[in-house]
Amino acid sequence: MSVELLNFIETVLNGLMSGVMYSLVALGFVLIFKASGVFNFAQGVFALFAALTLVGYQTGQVPFAHLINELFGTNYHNWYASMPNFLAILLTMVTMIALAWIIERLVLKHLVNQDPIILFMATIGLAFALEGVGDLMWGSDVKVLDVGIPSGGSIWLEEATIGLATEGSDYYGMYVDVLNIWATVIAVILVVSLALFSQYTKTGRALRAVADDHQAALSVGISLRSIWILVWAISGFIAMVAGIMWGTESGVQFSLSLIALKALPVLILGGFTSIPGAIIGGLLIGVGEKLAEIYIGGYFETGALENWFAYVMALVFLLFRPQGLFGDKIIERV
Amino acid sequence: MRIKQLLIGMTASVIAVSSYIEMAVADLKFPMLVYRTGAYAPNGIPNADGFVDYYKMINARDGGIGGEKILHPECETGYKTQVGVECYEKNKKGAMVFQPMSTGITYQLIPKATADGVTIYSTGYGRTSAANGKVFKWIFNAPVTYWDGASIAVKHILSNNSNNIKGKKIALVYHNSAYGKEPIRTLEVLSKKHGFELMLLPVDHPGQEQKATWLKIRKARPDNILMWGWGVMNQVAIKSAASIKFPMDKFIGIWWSGSENDVLPAGKGANGYKSLTFNAPGTNYQVHKDIKKFVHDKGEASGDGSHFGTVLYNRGLFQAMVQVEAAVVAQKIHGTSKITPAMYRDGMENVKLDEKRLTELGFKNFSPPFANSCANHGGSGLAAVQQWDANKKSWSMITDYMGSDRAIIDKLIAEDSGKYAKEQKIAERCN
Repeated sequence: MSVELLNFIETVLNGLMSGVMYSLVALGFVLIFKASGVFNFAQGVFALFAALTLVGYQTGQVPFAHLINELFGTNYHNWYASMPNFLAILLTMVTMIALAWIIERLVLKHLVNQDPIILFMATIGLAFALEGVGDLMWGSDVKVLDVGIPSGGSIWLEEATIGLATEGSDYYGMYVDVLNIWATVIAVILVVSLALFSQYTKTGRALRAVADDHQAALSVGISLRSIWILVWAISGFIAMVAGIMWGTESGVQFSLSLIALKALPVLILGGFTSIPGAIIGGLLIGVGEKLAEIYIGGYFETGALENWFAYVMALVFLLFRPQGLFGDKIIERV
Repeated sequence: MRIKQLLIGMTASVIAVSSYIEMAVADLKFPMLVYRTGAYAPNGIPNADGFVDYYKMINARDGGIGGEKILHPECETGYKTQVGVECYEKNKKGAMVFQPMSTGITYQLIPKATADGVTIYSTGYGRTSAANGKVFKWIFNAPVTYWDGASIAVKHILSNNSNNIKGKKIALVYHNSAYGKEPIRTLEVLSKKHGFELMLLPVDHPGQEQKATWLKIRKARPDNILMWGWGVMNQVAIKSAASIKFPMDKFIGIWWSGSENDVLPAGKGANGYKSLTFNAPGTNYQVHKDIKKFVHDKGEASGDGSHFGTVLYNRGLFQAMVQVEAAVVAQKIHGTSKITPAMYRDGMENVKLDEKRLTELGFKNFSPPFANSCANHGGSGLAAVQQWDANKKSWSMITDYMGSDRAIIDKLIAEDSGKYAKEQKIAERCN
């Protein structure tokens, strides 16, 4: 095989892997939108908050330490040296469920039957508030997140693909980050679990019923509030997974909340109401932006297509299929 | 009787208020543009803490500068240019100096501060050609500029390649902003001079996703990589370089890409990564002892004190020290402790920080000596190379402070500042 072809395959492969990372963020958006019609602008901050909390538990950081020390003149920073990963993840999950409950109690409950734009605005407020709380709680230093997921180029793949190149050609083998392979496996497990949960459990069916028609679901005795707490808790869990993956890659810091911006074009492409759409959309965006950066980036003086090309793809897609690949068809009855 | 009491009371209040105002006017105002929130906060916080601790130490140890207390109100910019300009407008009255802490903000403030008569000190960042004091009367960027940085990095690569890098490939991974683009022109000229191939790789803000950039690097296999990054871009780049097994000792960042924050997330992979610097890391200096004694031990540390001795904290100390020294020099020149912003500028232009003075100030072997002058606002142009030891989790200086290719840098500065002077119709001074 020619080196050019192998490089092309490598780019596509890496695009797919990056796409999975975007899909992890997009999934949280889709779940909440499906169940409550709310576009949760705070999903990126959820991921940040979950990652901050996880590192906080892992390292035994005292929450709100800075505030406590300032108010009471104390000097508390850590209350234990470290916590096993499993326990820290479990506690983070509990925290995200508690957060979902608080959001339902303090925000959503009071906004039932409001226009979607009001709910959207509320999530913008929520995003900034949660970012501030995260800062107060855990501080804004860059934190190292290590839950034992390996990262770095896959040596196995590199060695296995060196021989594929035409003899005599200068080829190093194919590069894929092991962290991205893990992200792919985890995303597949997540999607399958979500599908099984919504298909075969009573709660899952209730969730689908609410997603299809709020009023009809209410009329058969499904508690809208419990479902909302459940959905926000699940999306909090997904945010935690996304936070772990992205945080392992770059360290946990406040720019992590901006990963939500990567999910927007994915949602436009895949549709706001489809879980498979979030996955396929992520893959298309991932591949599209990597190919664009590598193969046409050189023609642009400023370069750096990787960040904005996804939006170009989304815009073009909007023109032809506004509901996205798998989104519900928009039918306006007059 | 009541009216009389009222009048006495009012008079007393007026006297009290005016004496307070007089006191306030006598204080030296050093407004701080900081970013303790947002995507770049992890870098903004230690730097701002360094400034604040130094000012507090001077107030506590020396009773201020020449008896005048330092006021250091903070304004949060979030590293946003527009907000930075608003912060400047809000705080410019009576301000001695502004340290914008962002190249974007500095570019916006250059014409404003020049018109307002306020000193801008962009320490090792901002517009490089502002080093030409003949054109930029109110702007200072000593001790070293980005163009010096580019040249010093190439010089270091030359020294590791028997002074011959003809045919070598050097990639520049840069923040796609005014800051990141600063070294391009210099590197283009240097590539012609030394015969190396320059590869430009921009990364958009914030730089969380750089996979395509590093796939390009893996394919192109440059011999060396230079980086002009900031914030999360640094961490992702260093981790990505380690991930593609790029030799870390051939990866050199500018001084804003060389803090503990940048290397720690990459773990052992960051071992051997290099960056330029104009201040030493660590706490083994007299200034640290004084800060500990007069600030930290009294429970007055800025933040939680956890950044004490880190690269960016120490840079904040250095920046604050130069700003304070400029006030000291201004007081000497004008024979008064109550200096005006114009007098302060004179002080900044006559700052002379030789080894002797740096030792007196508690900065012995901490930073390169430099002196400003009417024509030179860019200092000595000296920087050193530091290297990260991932096992010890510490930086160590691996070279002495070295100078840039002055013939090239001075020519470029003259060209760029000359162009600016022509556009703005500024008559050159110092002739």
